[in-house]
Amino acid sequence: MIETLLLWLFAGTALLAAAAMLVLRHPMRVALALVVTMLALAGVYALLGVHVIAVFQVLIYVGAVMVFMVYVIMLLDVRDRSYSGKFSRLLVPGIVGFLLLLAVLAHALWQDLPAPSGAAGETAFGVQQFSVAFLNEYWLHFELISVLLVVAVVAALAVIKVGRRDHG
Amino acid sequence: MDKTQMLVALSAGLFALGLLGVIVRRNVLVMLMCMELMLNGVNVLLVTFAQQSHSTVGAVLVFLVFVVAAAEIAIAIPIVLLLARRKRTLDIDAYVDLKG
Repeated sequence: MIETLLLWLFAGTALLAAAAMLVLRHPMRVALALVVTMLALAGVYALLGVHVIAVFQVLIYVGAVMVFMVYVIMLLDVRDRSYSGKFSRLLVPGIVGFLLLLAVLAHALWQDLPAPSGAAGETAFGVQQFSVAFLNEYWLHFELISVLLVVAVVAALAVIKVGRRDHG
Repeated sequence: MDKTQMLVALSAGLFALGLLGVIVRRNVLVMLMCMELMLNGVNVLLVTFAQQSHSTVGAVLVFLVFVVAAAEIAIAIPIVLLLARRKRTLDIDAYVDLKG
């Protein structure tokens, strides 16, 4: 009972903060709203029993990605034209597309949801099961993802270096 | 509305809100953050169905999405920094000469 209540509370918080991202003006406040969304989603994952993903959500998303984003917002001067008028001229088509997308998703997803297989409550997502499955069956993906990270770091360095050469 | 329906609706809502943000906002950094919101919406769906079918595949896939998102931000932020240094603004309308 209390778990259901908490699940609804976290889901509502996530949706509210996501909606607040669209109307807040300052990018720093948008970033903080996104952090609230991610923390609420981590709560949802924890309530579902998928604790590994909840921990990774907090560590990787909130701890790494959003801190990076906040630093960049502090580096840049954000009070420009996009600060005075926060919406582009695509506002009305965007909202129409948003409503159409919501209608299509609701229609497609609520027709026949698959019944949950297995009993609710018991989960196979302890750290041990996850790690064993990850490093036994998906070691190739693990190596590929590390290569991807190295490529991203090298590409970021290359981008910054090109900019320096142009501006002396 | 049961739990699964609520989670699917949450996922769809987050994805649609993120897409709306990418379309209607003018600030490049806000658009990047709305893209992160779309990734989060997809993750909710993956976690929901992985938890229901008791498979670790979904959890592994979500972890890979996390890492790809981190790599995407690591390469997107320097590009935004360069653009902001060159155009002196974060307004997306100023980058219209990037159109091919």
